[in-house]
Formats: sequence, C-alpha cells, structure tokens
Amino acid sequence: MTSSPSTPAAVALIEAQALVKAYDLLPVLRKLDFTVQRGEFVALLGPNGAGKSTFLRLVCGLSRPTAGTLRVGGWELPKEAHAVRAQIGLVSHKSLLYETLSAHENLVYFSRLYNLSAAVTAQRIPEILNQVGLGKRAHNLVRTFSRGMLQRLSIARALLHNPDILLLDEPYTGLDQDASAVLDDLLRDAHNGGRTILMTTHDLPRAAALASRVAILSRGVIAYDQPASELNPIKLSTIYTEVTSMTSAR
Amino acid sequence: MKTPFLKTVLTIVRKDLRAELRSRELVTSMALFAFLSILIFSFALELDREAREEAISGVLWVTVVYASTIGLNRSMAGEREQGNMDAMLISPIDRAAIFFGKLVGNLIFTLLVGLLLLPVMMILYNKDMVQPWILAVLALGTVGFVSVGTLLATMTTQTRARESLLPIVMMPIALPVLLAAVRATTSILNAENFADWVFWPQLLLAVDAIYLLLCYLLFEYVIEE
Repeated sequence: MTSSPSTPAAVALIEAQALVKAYDLLPVLRKLDFTVQRGEFVALLGPNGAGKSTFLRLVCGLSRPTAGTLRVGGWELPKEAHAVRAQIGLVSHKSLLYETLSAHENLVYFSRLYNLSAAVTAQRIPEILNQVGLGKRAHNLVRTFSRGMLQRLSIARALLHNPDILLLDEPYTGLDQDASAVLDDLLRDAHNGGRTILMTTHDLPRAAALASRVAILSRGVIAYDQPASELNPIKLSTIYTEVTSMTSAR
Repeated sequence: MKTPFLKTVLTIVRKDLRAELRSRELVTSMALFAFLSILIFSFALELDREAREEAISGVLWVTVVYASTIGLNRSMAGEREQGNMDAMLISPIDRAAIFFGKLVGNLIFTLLVGLLLLPVMMILYNKDMVQPWILAVLALGTVGFVSVGTLLATMTTQTRARESLLPIVMMPIALPVLLAAVRATTSILNAENFADWVFWPQLLLAVDAIYLLLCYLLFEYVIEE
C-alpha cells in the first residue's frame, strides 16, 4: 500500500474543495466542498443527475475535475492518481467482471492487475469468496450468476486488494430483499473492518440504517450533511424532500 | 506502486485468450466473414483469369482488414459492456499496458484468421500463398492496422454508431499499411526480383514503428473521459 504524503489522522481521507465538473458547458458539480474522514461510512443521497456518480468517478480518478481541488489520502487528483488507485475499491452499477470467466478466474485476473503475490492470491481468493458466500460457485462462469451473486462478487473484487476506501455507486439497484440483506451484512463487515465507505444510493431507510453520516447532493452542491445517528428513515425522508425541492426551485 | 508493465500486458493477453477459447465468439465470426468474402470474390472474378490474378493480394488484404474490424469492435466493446475498462483504469497499472495487452490479443486473433485464409486462397485461386515472405508481410501489415485499429476502437466503442464508425475512421489512417502490404504481396506472388520489392516490407516496418509509437503516446489521452 502506498503511504500517504501527510499524517493520515490529520487529513480527511477524501477532501473536495470548490470542486467543479462540467460536461461541455453543463456544470454537474458546482464548487462542491465535501470531506470524508477515515473510518466513516457516508451515504451520499440525491436525485438523478445531482452529480453523485460524477463525484465518485472523480474520486477514483476515472474523470478529471474542471476546477477546484480533490485530494484522496492526501494525494491530489488527477496529478497523483497513480498513488490513489491501489487505495480504492469500486462497486459500480455495472459488475466490472468478465462474464466468460469464472468467479475465481476474474479474481485471479484482478489480483494480477493489483500486483498481489501468488501466495497472497492463493490465500485471499478462497477467503474472500467464502466471505461473500460464493465459495461453492468459485469455478462457475459469471454469466450464470444472478444479479445478487454478481453484486457480491463485485464486492469481493473491490475488496480483493484490501483497499482503504470502498466506493459504491447505487449498489442496491436490481437486488431483491434477500440479496440486499446479504449486501447490508457485507458492507457492515467492511466498515467494522476499518474501511472508509462512500456509497451513493436512493434507498433512504438503508442509508439511515447503515451509514455513520448522511449527505444530500442536489444540483451539484452538498445541500445537507449530518451524522446518521440524528436521523431515522421518516425524518430523513422529510429532510430529503425539503432539501431537494428547495435546491431544485433555485 | 504500479504493477510491472510486462506483467500487466501478459495478464490482459492471457485473460483475452482464455475468454476467447471459452466463447470462440471473435475468431469464429472473423473467420466466417473472411471465408465468405473470399468465396464471393472468387466467384465474382471466376470468368476473368487475368483480373483474378491481379486482384488476389487486394482480396487477401481487404478481407483481413474488414475481418479484423469485426474482432476489434467486439474486443473493445467487451471491455466497455460490463465496465471492465473502468476496472482496469482504476487499478494501479500503466495505461499504455492496457493498449499493448489489447493489441497483442487482437493481433493474435487477426493473424490466426489471416493464416487460416492463406491455404483456402491457395485452393480457390491456385496460387502459392504459403511462402515465408507472404507470412512476414502478413505479420507486418497486421501489426500496422491492428495497432491503429485498437486505438481507434477504444474511441469508437464509446459512440452509438461504433460498428459502422470503426472501418470509416480506420481505413484512411491504415491506408499506407494497406498500400504497402498489397504491393509487397503482389510482387511476391508474381515472383518478382527481391531487390524490386524489398522496399515495401521496409516501408511497412517503418510505418508499424511510427504507428505503434503514436498509439502508445495517444492511448492515455484517448482513454480519458
């Protein structure tokens, strides 16, 4: 793992200052100020088009900011993106997996891309597949997997290299109740294991139940940001409606 | 810390080969297209023996290039469909290694189709197609247009009209490769004096080196959002 250039405890793990991202002339993020501290589980809520996915793409270095600064682990993006990559695990709408390979083959492939040693790979892959409940399906092709299994394997892929930060972009999309409950457990385990989690979601009750902090992104700015301990699903729903209607009316 | 360049390239190549061995999607569709094309050309030119002999190298190269666009489109689209390209881009690897990994895989599939075509053309056109210099020119020409094709397919697979767009943008850029390859192949098949045609493989070699260098330098910008 790459060491941070600053003292980790003193620096927010993710820190955006006056961050702007525009596609052509259309601004998506408008001078966004937002920080995520080490060990937090932040749920980032917001209507479609608010800029949640755009923010995650910026944090993992898939996109370049138009203006402003973005630091992850003290490293500035996109200039020092190479140092950040090994610290991030991403679970997206898409599985980021190869359907013609088995679960095991997919994980072996990604372990090589992350330069994990053969010994670590041999130990880590069965361990993580068992952790996500896919130990018995390790050698089945990914194209035979249900949406829930795909999402669990995506989490396994994202955690394979033991990243500090787990980014999740609407991970509950398309999951039934059972699969969602399994995902809840996996995320709780990841958070209890000391990982910093930033998750975008439209599922307000789940955000209130799982996260340690809830932020609402609306029209490219943070319109609400509070610890989740002060919230329950009904209160959060009321706040969400108020905040998003207020910012859309501007 | 970045993953070593060569390890990344080999990992991507190995993954592409494994996926293709399992699905046989790419090579099957490329080979089928290529066989049908040369068969159609063979029937179309059947009555005119002279035209047939003159056109043989053109038939070979047009077929190989168009077959390769099928493979290039599928190969790069496969990386986009499930977001696999994003997965590669967020891993600690050199972006140029992604280019070379995909290039080597595409090269293997296209060369395989080219090699399968030669004996078939030998039968259909009654010409000695399996000669060391033909194989060398096939390899050199394939490196040239597959390197350009891999770079351009990375761009076109992000567009809606990706299937039709790749040949349109690739052909003008790959033209120097095609011209040199066709001229060299014609001269070899006509058993011309070595000194008269050695210029064409040399030109191919130079164009390959330039294209590879340019693609290596440009890939990082092409892959950026």
